Order: sequence, then structure tokens, then C-alpha cells
Amino acid sequence: MRQDPIDYIARTRAQYGALGYPPYAWVEEPDPPPFVRPSGGASGWRVGVVASGGIYALGQPAFHWKDDLSFRAIETSTPREALRITHFAYDLTDAREDPNVVLPLDPLRRLVATGAIASLGPFAYTFMGGIYSSRRVRDVLAPAIADRLQHDEIDVALLVPV
Amino acid sequence: MSLSSARSITASVHPPRAVFTDFPLGRTAGKPNDPASQDLIVRAALDHLASAERPGEIRSLDLRWAETDDWKDAVMRPAPASVDGDPGRAEDDRRARTAEPQYQFPEDLDAVVPDCPTCFVPAAR
Repeated sequence: MRQDPIDYIARTRAQYGALGYPPYAWVEEPDPPPFVRPSGGASGWRVGVVASGGIYALGQPAFHWKDDLSFRAIETSTPREALRITHFAYDLTDAREDPNVVLPLDPLRRLVATGAIASLGPFAYTFMGGIYSSRRVRDVLAPAIADRLQHDEIDVALLVPV
Repeated sequence: MSLSSARSITASVHPPRAVFTDFPLGRTAGKPNDPASQDLIVRAALDHLASAERPGEIRSLDLRWAETDDWKDAVMRPAPASVDGDPGRAEDDRRARTAEPQYQFPEDLDAVVPDCPTCFVPAAR
């Protein structure tokens, strides 16, 4: 039977209640986000990637699981065999089997190869989700990643949460 | 431009635009070893970015994780505590959180490059 999408906010509230925790305070951004449509068609875009699934590349230190605000720059030419995944909050089975499900570098490289997009930024930027201070994510982590994306002179950024 | 498999959360945080795929969390960009679904999602995201007309517009993709949606029944519904627990209290099924790096493979630690040039620890500003 077809079911509606899971309401994770409602389910998290119910789970926290069942565990005896105080209610989880969800981030709410009531104002609509800025609207900027990138100029030209996708075939002219240089695309950047940011992913929160706890992905690191072989040669880099892994993330830790306690409010880790660090991030990694992973070359967008990195083969999937050199990608590793660590996270405390989601089922890692499929991400470890094929990292493209949380960091879609192979699909993006195929889009470059067919000319659907112009190029990728030199790096994908990855970090851990599960940081329990949305203020620190908003005020510290996000601006630092945005600085890197601007330095890379990308036209659009693809965000991949888990 | 964001991908999403959690429609309610994405709507709450309001990214500039998003495409929603109704998959279990941890597969936001497609099914494993299935380039067709992965390509479709990434391409749909770029198409949406080129064509969406409203800030925050979320486009739902018509992809299904499985033939049925039974996988949704158990998500975030922890089993009730067994013998020793408070009978009214459920078990927390999440993993413990520590500040030690958590490697996928122990040997990944041996491959770490000193003074990691591609690691960033942003400072508060």
C-alpha cells in the first residue's frame, strides 16, 4: 500500500517522548529563502557539492560523533573505492556499499562527460550531520563552507543531507 | 539546491530549492549500485534549479524505494524496553556519541596523512 512520506518531525517528537527526553527543538526558518536563478543553462554551470553524511576520503582522519564541526575537502575526481562513511544516526549499509547514495560524484562526473553541466568544483565538502547546535552550524560551519564554495567559483551548489 | 528524503524537515528549514525522493534516510541520492536512479535524481535537481519559480519550492520525484511502503512502519519506532528497563520506556537504538574519530575500517587510521591539508576546523566568528 502506498503511504505518505514519513513526517520525521512528528516521529522524532514521539520517539523522544517514548525515551523520556525533552521535546526535540527543530530548526524552523519561517521566512522564504532568497531566490536566485543561476544564469544560462545547466550546460554552462560549474557545480559544487556539499554533503552531510559523514564521508571522508582514505588519507583523511575520520569524523567523530559528538558535535563535530570540522569539514573535509574531497577532490571531485576521487574514485568511490577511496570514500569512507562514518555516522551515528543512520543506517550506513547502502552508503558503504555505494557512496554515491550520499555523495553522488559518479552521476555528476557522468553529467560532465555528456556535457549536461560544464564542470565540477575541485572539491566536494563533507561534514557530519547530527550537530546538536543549529546555531553553530548556521554561524560557524555553514559560512566556512560557503567561503570555500565562493573561492572555488562555482555557479550552483548541490546539497546532500541524510 | 538540496536533495531530500525528509520532506517535513526540508520544508521546515527552507533551503532555496529541493527535490524530494521518498527513500529511507541515508539514500538521498539514489539506490546503491543503481546508476539509473542516481542519475535521475541529480539531473532532476539541476532541472528544478533551472525551472523552479518560487523560493523554497520542493519538487517530489516519482521514485519508489520498494514495491510496498512497509519499510516506513518501523522507522524511528524503537522496540519497547525488555526485561531490565523501565517498562514504559523504549530503548534508544542510536549509537553512543564520543569525540574519538570513528573509522569505517581500522586500517584507515594508518593511511592518514599528517597535518591533513584538506581538513578544516572552522572557528567561531
